[in-house]
This record gives sequence, structure tokens and C-alpha cells, in this order.
Amino acid sequence: MALSDRTLRVVVYEGPGAIPVDGAARYAAVSALLERGFGVTRAGSGRPVAPADASPVLVLGRWDGAVPEPTGDPADGIRTRWAALDPATAADEAERARAELGAPVPGAWKPWFPVIDYDRCTNCMQCLSFCLFGVYGVDSARRIQVQNNDQCKTQCPACSRVCPEAAIMFPKYKSGPINGDVVSDSDLGREKMKIDISALLGGDVYSMLRTRSERAQSRFSKERDSDKALAERQKCLTKLAALAGDIPAEVLMSLPSPEEISRKAAEAAARARAALAPETTAPGT
Amino acid sequence: MSPEGTTGGPAIVYCHCKYAQVLPAATKEAVLRRLCDAGLPFEAVPDLCEASARRDPALKRLASAGPIKIAACYPRAVKWLFAAADAPLDPATTEIVNLRVLGAEPAAATLLSTALEANLPAGKVTASDAPGAAAATNPAES
Ligand code: SF4
Ligand code: SF4
Repeated sequence: MALSDRTLRVVVYEGPGAIPVDGAARYAAVSALLERGFGVTRAGSGRPVAPADASPVLVLGRWDGAVPEPTGDPADGIRTRWAALDPATAADEAERARAELGAPVPGAWKPWFPVIDYDRCTNCMQCLSFCLFGVYGVDSARRIQVQNNDQCKTQCPACSRVCPEAAIMFPKYKSGPINGDVVSDSDLGREKMKIDISALLGGDVYSMLRTRSERAQSRFSKERDSDKALAERQKCLTKLAALAGDIPAEVLMSLPSPEEISRKAAEAAARARAALAPETTAPGT
Repeated sequence: MSPEGTTGGPAIVYCHCKYAQVLPAATKEAVLRRLCDAGLPFEAVPDLCEASARRDPALKRLASAGPIKIAACYPRAVKWLFAAADAPLDPATTEIVNLRVLGAEPAAATLLSTALEANLPAGKVTASDAPGAAAATNPAES
């Protein structure tokens, strides 16, 4: 199933033909649905809600009479289900409707991935050069893009620390500005903070540990110094090895060789070079 | 479903931030309870990050709801999460209520108020306005 498939929209309906519920029952139903990963529209009057679209829909209500029959164009498959609103069973009803309507399973993947702030990004390609997991690519206009966000390593915010513009956010990160908080001048400290990415990419990563230079004092500078970025990169590589599943335990305990880091990094750097080359050269993707 | 009750104030969206402990649980619960008790229509999303990552068309639906208040986290993050899903928010008619920094009471009051104070960071609206390759230098060669 494609990542962009339409998810089930659950509508809590309390209009004509249905008996309204009280706030406590509404809260119990909505929070149960959210906890199971279903989006909810509480419809009614007084405020607008998002318009109808082609998404499959489950309508929950305390119906005056019988539960309405499924609706929709049978030629396209019936897209709307109706069921009784009961906080205790709402999430199970939604799961049943999701399966019947062929909507994607919610929460199959923990959403940890970079989000680019294009107000700040200068398209320098350092992130593409740095990431060994192919998360970044370029679009048809050779603009940096997050393309394979499900390949990003959970809890690894390393690329945000090599971005010279502090343009990479991880909204679920614990602190700013990586979490999307405002970027201050002291966070940025560009010249002092700029990481020698070519040294990292060259494979001589251990020398970085020996050449600790001055560290600036801001909260961001402490987090984005090259040692820490390197440590995260190593942690991520270890995790990647673990995910492969068939790697012996003793190998899992050790970091990838500098050669391996170097090889993957060279590939990423080549993609960045292709993206930045003059128009006549085929762009990398 | 068509937009209903379009008078009375902006659309309300609540992000439950399900897949991380980013928002204080007590704040989330209190705000959602207030929303449910108010009896107003609203949209509740399990996790805007997950929706953005999967380019869920639901974000386009939300972005087209007209003036909107979104209870989630930092405005800069929310702005670019929507943009990443090809569902840019209108900076003139969007207010983010940051549950990472606001207490439950002021957050709920702001969310339910009919007044809207647009607060998305100013700047480019979508990724297509970002600088292209021509403006860049190649770090691999510097
Ligand atoms: S490193 Fe930062 S500024 Fe450079 S292309 Fe990546 S996001 Fe944009
Ligand atoms: S947008 Fe913010 S509040 Fe919503 S899921 Fe993402 S990190 Fe959590």
C-alpha cells in the first residue's frame, strides 16, 4: 500500500436523525479513536470542518432508528460505513471499517524523519552528502527534498547538526531549534559551528575526535558540534547493521569500518555533486 | 461531507501527537476534554507528523478548510509538515496553538476563541519557492 493512500476518516455525527451525546462520551469516543490512530471529524454547526473528499468514511452516531446502510457508488466500491456510536466499541468499529474499505493501517511506522524549513534552506546539499541512508534526494528542479523518510533512523537527528542553516527539523525532538522552535543568532553561530563535513566524508572520522576545537556556548552549538554528529552517525550505522538481521553479534558490537563509512559517504557525495552540477549534467536523484 | 456551520469562527484542528511523548499528556487530555465539552465541530488528527510523512491527503483536506486554528507544536514545524505533504497552509488565516509551551487552560481558550491571530513564520510558503541549485555551492568540492 502506498504511503499516500487515503486513510479512514471517522465522523462523529450528532445532527438530525441522531441523538446528541454528552461531552464525556464524546471525549471517550474521540480519544479511543485517536489512540488507535484514526482521524476524527466531530461534525455539527458553529464551526467549519474540512470538506468531503475521496477518503473512505465511517459515520458514528446514536441513530434515532436503524443504523443507515452503507453508501457510495458501488462501481467505485462503497466508501461510507455507518455504525452506532458507543465509546467502548468505537475504535473496533473503525478498525472493522478500515479493513473493509481497504484503508491503510495507521501507525505502521514511527514517524521520525527530517522536515526541511525552506525559509532557511540554501540548497547546499550538505544533508544529502552526509546522510548514509538515502533519506535525501532532489526534485526535478534539483532542489533538496526528503524523499525516503521511512529510511531515517529513529531518534537520529544527526543531519540537522550538519545543516549550516539550521534548516532541518525533527518535530519530535526534545529541544530547540531542532524541534521547530525559533532559531536564534546564538543557536546558529554559523562560522564557529560549521562542521568540516569533508573530513567526515573522507572516512578519517576518528581524527575528528582528536581535533576537538573550541566549542561555542549556545545550546545549539553544544548539540551540533562535530563530535556529537559523528557519534550519532556511528550509532545510526550500528542500528542499521542490527536491522539487517544476519550480521554476527560480534560485528554488531563494533562500528562499521572507516572504509565502509567512506564508501557510503562517497556515494552520497556523488549524488550531491550531480545535483549541484550545471544543467547539462544529468541530475542525481 | 460539506463544510458546516461556517459562521462562528475558524475551523479547529487538534493534533494528538500519538507516536511520541512530545506534548505533555495532561495538556493534551485537558485540551481535548475542553473541545469535546464545548460541543463545537472540530477535526482531531492522531499525529500530524505521521500524516505528513505519508503525504496523507487528509492534510490537503484540512488545509482547505479555510481559516484554521491548529493545536500542535511549534508553528515552524507545523508549517513545513503541511508543506511537505503538498498541503501548504495559508499564512494569513492560520494560527498554531503550541501545546509544547502553552498550559492547558490558555491553549484551550485560544483554540476555542473565535478571534484568529495568524502566526505562521513569515517567508516562503512552499518548497517550490526554495532556492534552487543555481544558488548553491558544492560542499563536497569546497
Ligand atoms: S544542509 Fe540544510 S541548507 Fe543545505 S540543503 Fe540540506 S537542508 Fe538545505
Ligand atoms: S506536529 Fe508536533 S504535536 Fe503534532 S505529531 Fe508532530 S511533533 Fe507531535
